[in-house]
This record gives sequence, C-alpha cells and structure tokens, in this order.
Amino acid sequence: MNHSRIAIDTRNVSKIFGGDHDSVVALDDVSVSINENEFFTLLGPSGCGKTTLLRLIAGFEHPTQGRILLHGSEISQLPPYKRPVNTVFQSYALFPHMTVAENIGFGLEMQNKPDAEIAATVNQMLRLVKMEELRDRRTHQISGGQQQRVALARALAPRPRVLLLDEPLSALDYKLRKEMQIELKRLQHETGITFIFVTHDQEEALTMSDRVAVMNQGRVLQVGAPQEIYDHPSDRFVADFIGDTNFITAQVGAAENGRVSIEMPGGQCVRVRSDLDLAEKSRVTLAIRPEQIRLLSPHSSPGNRALLQGELENIVYFGTDTHYHLKLPTGIAMMARIQNTRRKQALFATGSRVSIDFDPDALQILKD
Amino acid sequence: MDANRQDDAMAPASKIERTARKQQTRRHILLTTPALIVLAAAASGPLIIMLIYSFLTAGDYGGVVWKASTQGWFKVFLHKDIFDDALSLQDAHISIFWRSVKLSLLTTLLAVILGFPTAYFIATRAPGRRSMWLFLVTIPFWTNLLIRTFAMMEVIRNEGILNNLLMKLGLIHTPVQMLYTDFAILSGMTYVYLPLMILPLYASMEKLDFSLIEAGYDLYATRMRVLRRVILPLVKPGLVAGSILVFVPSLGAYVTPRVLGGGKNLMLGNLIELQFGQGRNWPLGAALSITLLVMVMIALIFYVRSMQGGPRQHG
Repeated sequence: MNHSRIAIDTRNVSKIFGGDHDSVVALDDVSVSINENEFFTLLGPSGCGKTTLLRLIAGFEHPTQGRILLHGSEISQLPPYKRPVNTVFQSYALFPHMTVAENIGFGLEMQNKPDAEIAATVNQMLRLVKMEELRDRRTHQISGGQQQRVALARALAPRPRVLLLDEPLSALDYKLRKEMQIELKRLQHETGITFIFVTHDQEEALTMSDRVAVMNQGRVLQVGAPQEIYDHPSDRFVADFIGDTNFITAQVGAAENGRVSIEMPGGQCVRVRSDLDLAEKSRVTLAIRPEQIRLLSPHSSPGNRALLQGELENIVYFGTDTHYHLKLPTGIAMMARIQNTRRKQALFATGSRVSIDFDPDALQILKD
Repeated sequence: MDANRQDDAMAPASKIERTARKQQTRRHILLTTPALIVLAAAASGPLIIMLIYSFLTAGDYGGVVWKASTQGWFKVFLHKDIFDDALSLQDAHISIFWRSVKLSLLTTLLAVILGFPTAYFIATRAPGRRSMWLFLVTIPFWTNLLIRTFAMMEVIRNEGILNNLLMKLGLIHTPVQMLYTDFAILSGMTYVYLPLMILPLYASMEKLDFSLIEAGYDLYATRMRVLRRVILPLVKPGLVAGSILVFVPSLGAYVTPRVLGGGKNLMLGNLIELQFGQGRNWPLGAALSITLLVMVMIALIFYVRSMQGGPRQHG
C-alpha cells in the first residue's frame, strides 16, 4: 500500500465540455498527487480549470480521459453520493428549508446513521464552528460569515476523507475573510482532513497552503510549497500571477558548472545559478521581485558598478512601503518596493536618475 | 426668532404636502371605483342571486316562484320516495359528487406525474431555450376548448386513431370502449389542465438553486432522496398552486365530461346544468352550485394551510 500517504491522485485527467464543433478543453492532461492531511490549493485565474478539477474530484462531472484515485482506489466513475468526499460550495448551498442543525446533520442522516450519533456529531460540529447558539435558526436568518461556518460544519460532519472548498471565502468582506483564513487552518489541524482549496487569490493561496498548484488554461504549471513557487517560479505565467514581478529580457553568455553568465541590457554581466540548458547568445527572460531591488543614487557611490540605470517615473506611497516605478533606457518598465523606514523616506524625487541594484541570486531565469 | 422663521418656512411646505396627499387619496379612490364596482357586481352579485334562488320554490316550467322553501337544499343530498314519503340518501347525487372529486383528484395526480418532469426539463434547459419550451406548452390555449375536446374524441373513439393503432400493432383484436367512460373524462381533463400544472411548477423550479441539488448528492443523498428531501420541499409552493389550478376547474368541469363522458357519466357541472335545463329545478341547481363553491373553498383553505406550514416546518 504505497498509496496510503496520497489522498487524491489524478492521472492524466482531461475534461472536454461540449460537442464536436464547439468543444472547450477545461482540463488538459492534469496529473496531481495530493497528500493525506495536506492543505492543498488550486490557484489560477477564472476559467483556468481549477473548479472543474474540483468538480471531477467531487463527482459532479466525470473525466473525459484519465483516472482519479482516492487512497489508491479508482473513483472517477462513482456518483457523488458514493464518494467519501464533501464540498463547501462557493454559494454555500445551504438548504433554506432546514435549520442550521438540520443542515449539519443532513449528510449523516443520508448515511442512515443512528439518531443519537447524528445528534452527538451535530453538537460537536456546532461547537467546532462556534455556532451553538444559532442551531435552530433558518439559514437566511444568519450572516454570510455564519453561513460559511455552517457550510463548513455540514461538509465536515460526515468526516470525509477529503474536503473540497470552492472559493469559499470570495463572498466575504476583507476582515471576515482574514478571520476565516485562520479559522480554516485551525479546522484543518483539528480534524486532520485533507483540504483541497480552490481560489484565484494568490495571497490567500500563499498564506494558507502547504502546497499550491498554479493552473492556467486547463494545465497545471507548477506544484510546490508557497515559498518555492514565489521564489522560484517555473515560468513567466506563474511569476506574473503570483505577486508582482519585473521581467527583463537579456542575452545568455557563457555557461559553466551550474552558473550562467547573463548580459544585462545595460551591458553589465551577472552570473546566475540555473539548471536550465541554455544556448550561448540566446535570449532569456529574467524575473526579479520588486522587494529584491535596491535603489542607489548614482552619485553616492561612484565606484560601484550598478547593474542597471533607470529614471524614476512615479512614486506611490503604500504606508508600510513605497513603490518606485522606473523606466530603463531600453524602455522596459520596472518597479521597486522599498520598505519605509525613517531613514529612507524621500530619498529620491520623481524624474531623477537612479542606479538599480540587486543580488544576482535573486534573479530567476524563466522557461518560455 | 430663528426658530420662528423656520416654522414659517415649514408651514406652507407641510400644508402643500397635506393637500397633495389628500388629492392623491381622492384620485386613487376615483380611479379604483369602476374596477371595484365591476368586481363587486360581477363576483358577489351572481353569488347572492344564487344563494337567494336556492331558498325559493321551483317553478313548474323552470324559473322560481317567490316563496321561501328549503326543498332545493333538501334535495341536494336527500331523496323522498314519491309513494311512501320515506327519506333516503340521494344516491345519484352522491355518486356524482364522488365521481367529480375522484376524477378531479386523479386529474391532479396525473397532471403532477406528467407535469413535474416536464417543468423540470424546461427549467434545466439553457435560459434562452426555456421560453421556446414554455411557448410550446401554451400552444393548446390557442384553440377553443370544445374543438380540442372533439379532437380528443376523434382519438379515443372505437374507430379512432388510438384503437386503430392498437389493432394494427396486434395488441387488441376488437376496439376497446374508451369513449364515454371515466377514462375518457380523465384523459380529456388531464390534457386540458396539464399546462396549468406545468406553468406554476416551472416558475418555482426556475428559482431553484441547482447547487442545492448538488449539495444533496454530495452529502450522500441518492436521486430519490434528493427529490424527496431537497427538490420537493423547495418547489412545494409551485406544486400546491398547480394542484389548485388543476383541481378547482376539474371539479366544476362541464364541456369535457359532457362530450367525452357522453352524458352518462355526469360530473357536478353537468348535474347543475341539468337542473337549470331539462330538470327545471332552479333552486336545486343553485344549491348544488353553492355546494360546489363550498367544496372549492375547502380545497383553498387546505392550500393556504399547507402554504403556511409549508417550507418552514419541514425538517
């Protein structure tokens, strides 16, 4: 049983909607392994296929091709009511003709559990999501955040092997969303259930997940821990979608033992770590995060050979930090994010020339 | 000083407002009066006439004699023997009442069985397509009821389309008598009133959030249990409205039982018509009409009751 640590395993799953002439490929050969007890996030823009993948795991749709395994056994052709997998819907989908407690007990009732067990589990769930006082309320008599909790409790009550969450926080306001993010992490810890979370909010994905799969146009582009994805995006889409990124086009110089020499637009050369097999003289895209950039006055350190030169076009104050929008002589726009400390405030003025500097190891070479 | 000036400024404004409101109220009354008169005259007028007639004596050649009598009401359920004055239940009337209620309930049931999947089908089509399907449902309304009923007769009579088809298929050897039976009335009424079931059912299904159905499946409910525990409670208002819309006119149906029942299988509507026509017993006809009205009202009370306790008390 070497599958025991893997909760959900999708193998070459494709989903095509529609007929012959107007078909839409929602998922294109997706293979992902999601570990037991993991908070796994499917992240991507709307229409990237993340919700379709979730619906395939829930059983609302069946894959056109490929297999889905739950703890090693094939489930892709089972109807939803035969899968030990529950969903928290984006719209919550609470039954309006039932009370909070009846909603939470519904799944157990449908599993023909004895009444005493249903009552005990419902009470336990109400306590878990802190909704004990509202147990006899109708679902339309409680607030959006409370509905969210009931939806969670209802999906957790039958103790599924895997919990699917389809953008569950998107309808909440900012503050409530922050609260629920922490709440979800707590619930996942307390229940020990595998969570598969769908979102288009990259910040949400980075803060909550154990691992993230970035999706676009029906494909999984990169799977990894949040920090890995942020620091080492595998391609341009991932780098662009997660956080802010500056892209620089540069030319490859000589490559030797794991390091590549890259010629920057300003003529300076840097040596960058890279496993990619790059041909000499080929053009590559480099990504650098705005917070990795240092700005220097060209006059302050005349001996220092700055990597790039640029002109300050715009300065935007954000409270904790300030965004400096720069333009390189080649026309490329860049952005530097510099934390505000008393010392650094108002160092540069719009229109002034600055030197742009960064640690070469912060550069990420991207596949095309 | 300041306060005074403000009062002065306020006073004319509120006076204008008050006059405007008074004018508006008067205009509302004036505008609604004609409709109210028509409604009062057309709805309660005939009812009052019926109620009065039911307590008068029948004239020898129809009409009424202005002499108070309870004979009309008496004859609704009771029968006095011509020779020995022995009282017995009016069996003929009771069997007609029973047939009316039975056939109306069966019509409603059939309409639910046929209408529910139809409405569900329409409600699950793409929004642009739904209006086309609804349009198809309403097409029968374009033709006169009498003509549609005669068309039905053509289908089910002994040499009709249905019998011919069954004989050609070898399922039967001699024509089955379908016309002039309760079956004929039942199928005729179901055909006529089916759209009245589909339309309100569709209206409540269209509002149904289909993610609730998915939530039901997700929480281990099989198809039947999703239907019973999720869909039915939520479309109950439409189901009840459709049932009333089918049951009430079925109870008083006249044309369908007359044409397809062949005058042998009377329903309430035919019985009432008979009293005003050949029977020449207007007080009895009036009393029967009011009895029918009371039955409808009882059905409506059930409707209101089930609506009040409906979606809220379900668990």
